[in-house]
Amino acid sequence: MTLHKHTLTELKALLDAGKVSARELTDTFLARIEALDGELNSFVTVTAEQARREADAADAARSKGDTGLLNGLPIAHKDIFCTDGVRTSCGSRMLDNFISPYDATVVEKMRAAGAIMLGKTNMDEFAMGSSNETSFYGPVKNPWDLSRVPGGSSGGSAAAVAARLAPAATGTDTGGSIRQPAALTGITGLKPTYGTVSRWGMIAFASSLDQAGPMAQSAADCALMLQTMVGHDSKDSTSLDRTTDNYLADLDKPLAGLTVGLPEEFFPASLDDRIAELTRETARELERQGAKVVSVSLPSVKLSVPAYYVIAPAEASSNLSRFDGVRYGYRCQDPVDLMDLYKRSRSEGFGDEVQRRILVGTYALSHGYYDAYYLRAQKVRRLISDDFARAFEKADVILGPTSPEVAFQLGAKKDDPVTMYMADVFTIAVNLAGLPALSMPGGMIDGLPVGVQLIGNYFREGQILNVAHRYQQATDWHRQAPAFGGEK
Amino acid sequence: MSAWETVIGLEIHVQLATKTKIFSSASTAVGAEPNSHASLVDLAMPGTLPVLNREAVNMAVKFGLAVGAEINRRSAFERKNYFYPDLPKGYQTTQLAEPIVGTGNIELILDDGSRKTVRIHHAHLEEDAGKSLHEDFHGMTGIDLNRAGTPLIEVVTEPDMRSAEEAVAFARTLHSLVTAIGICDGEMSQGSLRFDVNVSVRRKGEEKLGTRTETKNLNSFRFMEMAIKKEVERQIDILEDGGSITQETRLFNGDTGVSRSMRSKEDANDYRYFPCPDLLPVMLSEEQIIELKNSLPELPAQRLGRFVEQYGLSDYDARILSSDLATSDYFEAVAERSDDAKLAANWIMGELTARLNAEERSIKECPMSASHLAELIARLKDNTISSKIAKQVFEACWNGEGSPDQVIEARGLKQVSDSGELQKMVDKIIAENTTQAEAYRAADEAKRKKMFGFFVGQAMKASQGKANPQQINELLMKALEG
Amino acid sequence: MAIDQDTVLKVAHLARLHVSAEQSQALAGRLSDILNMVDQLQQAEVDNIAPLAHPLDVSQPLREDVVQPADLRDRVLPLAPASEGSCFLVPRVIE
Repeated sequence: MTLHKHTLTELKALLDAGKVSARELTDTFLARIEALDGELNSFVTVTAEQARREADAADAARSKGDTGLLNGLPIAHKDIFCTDGVRTSCGSRMLDNFISPYDATVVEKMRAAGAIMLGKTNMDEFAMGSSNETSFYGPVKNPWDLSRVPGGSSGGSAAAVAARLAPAATGTDTGGSIRQPAALTGITGLKPTYGTVSRWGMIAFASSLDQAGPMAQSAADCALMLQTMVGHDSKDSTSLDRTTDNYLADLDKPLAGLTVGLPEEFFPASLDDRIAELTRETARELERQGAKVVSVSLPSVKLSVPAYYVIAPAEASSNLSRFDGVRYGYRCQDPVDLMDLYKRSRSEGFGDEVQRRILVGTYALSHGYYDAYYLRAQKVRRLISDDFARAFEKADVILGPTSPEVAFQLGAKKDDPVTMYMADVFTIAVNLAGLPALSMPGGMIDGLPVGVQLIGNYFREGQILNVAHRYQQATDWHRQAPAFGGEK
Repeated sequence: MSAWETVIGLEIHVQLATKTKIFSSASTAVGAEPNSHASLVDLAMPGTLPVLNREAVNMAVKFGLAVGAEINRRSAFERKNYFYPDLPKGYQTTQLAEPIVGTGNIELILDDGSRKTVRIHHAHLEEDAGKSLHEDFHGMTGIDLNRAGTPLIEVVTEPDMRSAEEAVAFARTLHSLVTAIGICDGEMSQGSLRFDVNVSVRRKGEEKLGTRTETKNLNSFRFMEMAIKKEVERQIDILEDGGSITQETRLFNGDTGVSRSMRSKEDANDYRYFPCPDLLPVMLSEEQIIELKNSLPELPAQRLGRFVEQYGLSDYDARILSSDLATSDYFEAVAERSDDAKLAANWIMGELTARLNAEERSIKECPMSASHLAELIARLKDNTISSKIAKQVFEACWNGEGSPDQVIEARGLKQVSDSGELQKMVDKIIAENTTQAEAYRAADEAKRKKMFGFFVGQAMKASQGKANPQQINELLMKALEG
Repeated sequence: MAIDQDTVLKVAHLARLHVSAEQSQALAGRLSDILNMVDQLQQAEVDNIAPLAHPLDVSQPLREDVVQPADLRDRVLPLAPASEGSCFLVPRVIE
């Protein structure tokens, strides 16, 4: 078995046992990126030289007894995280020339734990999209079928991990941007409880929904990554000050006594039968391991997409005002006056989808519409949150599909944003409520992966990782890899 | 005089005297190189986030407590969205629906001694913008973000003032209050206090408020008074000509004394306020509030009351002497050391203020220390010197010639009270002026009074002003009548 | 709710985005689609519901008032499209 096929957990064991060096690992993945990413387009920037330097330093540190949790493990960062001295584009022309003067907390923590950054992964522009087609750097391809999308917005991270160009990557999730691409590329991805991972240095899309998380082959890998990413950060007012859980300790805990809730709203008549069946099969596997399955109801979840498409664009319209062509980023040629500078820099620097969302958000907040849209959406948000609270009185975890569909053809929904938005129906409610959730591979349809979603109560990342890990001990969907980039 | 009544409300931006900015740890110090006090947050770098300064919250609460306002146990920040190059995030973080300070009151003492209460509608925390520099950039504008993020409280009054004088009295009272409680350095020329003035006029007896205009960013009491008076005149002229007032923002040029409309109507503002998702609600506990209340120093209004009570000053004197902490402290030091508050007040408001004004100095830069002035007053009271000599001694002390005692000693200004010495002097005067003495003795009571002054003059001349006037009077009287 | 071209242009101006007359027509259609979807919110019964701005019920942490050095000019001025004398440059602002 070649090195790149190993999970992050296995690679860590190899490093710890001295069977492989950080430099060997890094060279392996850099070589794969070099050979394969031309087709996949999962990286925006590859930091090969820096990675090799870091790998050598990690090996040297290890020889001196460094036991950093991720020492010597190569990873990739979504290009939404600021990286000191390295271009941080957020998938946008607006930041194509932006060399960040500082590191995001997540980047800093990964580095401090000894992880090696291979590069920055492609993404939907400013994380706005579910197909990775809105990137200034062109769409990312799904390694399972290069004519299909990998999902978004963390599509670059998902495709890179699925194609084994990196053993793990960071992502961010505002309405499903970790879980949906994880589902569509057959990997495991987790969005933690809002406030668990610092947002400092993570370019904001919708501040009250954004949360960073890990994307990797397995739940165990995600636990390893998450352990490093979490923690209170005094630079982020919304970062929670609480003791860090040990996500690795309970991974193997048996599932006896666990109650799994299936929300009826996650199995509408319109849902693809095959996806519904694979999800139910996942529930049966958990039952076989001793869990009890019950039905729960989340009646307000049907309003999550409309609520989200008010709140997220509203916050984004304000968050993206700083991109004004004054202090950094794109500025139009020869502005005639200040108004011209603003308008042309922004309309030339932002792509269509970003501009659409800025317009929707601006409209929703403008005079006369605030109550009808923004305030109402925030009230619906409480209804959704209350629904989950009631469901968690009956169940420990909630299980459902991640996405109502498998990876679709590139360009298939390009002219139909609303249809694309509606496909986020199962992931968005979780962001509105701020809950933790993960997506893991739960089967295949026509050679394409299907994701199953596990939603936990607040701060119960450890529990959903435990359930997912137990599931992955008994199944091998997460070990399936696409033919792309395999040995010929 | 006029058929019109003026209605004025104020919005005052008070820069808080914190060391760091409201949402970042960059220094708020002024006078640094452009952008050298601009952190990643102040520059609105992508991915940066605000964290609220505890001291800014404390200062806002102190203000609220000082004006007897409701302190909101929960307050929240919102974003006010608009584009301007000195506003790096494209929004100002401010408070709207849930300000930290609720309704309160400030009591004014007007020049005629009457009192008036102005209601505070609320006060909220917000961040200042950077500065746009128009010179030295050959037709372009330079942006300096050192001031961006400096904490402010915006104090909003009810439209309770009825004249420019009342508005200025309010402004002065507010100035003395915020400096007294140490939340603002009070440097008007640096923009530490900036006044926006809302002015409207209505016919006397009319209840409905007229359409108002807002004149922005007045940073001196004098400009404020000028701007209000000009605006009132302008509005009355328009209304008397049958016109109507446009609700607008105006800019006042202090140099020319002219104001003009600032924004065109087509660019109607829609600030799209919404709760800032990067900040959480600010919660205050009873303990925090009590602690801050206990930390408040004596307020100018309390001090004024105490000066009247404790020192027996008039309202007018007390108001002047309690207006700022430096003057109050100076007065109290002089009053206590000299043990004569009235004389202390007279000297400070008379001689001392005149000299300070002549030399454009503040009381903090006064060359005459409080202990020297107290010593001078003590020498007056114990008859070591006369009040005439006292002015000489004051002058010498002002010019750095030492303490009053040193000056009196060095210049030999001590009043002569030795009765033997004075008796000799009186005998000599009478001997040298026998004609006048005879005339005096021959004159009637009324004439004698006039003639007596001649002998006193002679005695003062002979003693170079040092003779104890009371003793000299008695001795002369005895000698002339005896 | 449908949104017309004029509104699109007004909103675009507020958001400082350049939208041509032709673009505004297409955009009006797109934005109307989105707003129609969003209008499902009007079905919700929210009369006595408090808005939820943050997922968790926590309050604002406060930072101590201690200065950290913040002279980043060497790092940040090179990022600026135009700068001079340690200021960022923009076309003349007329007040």
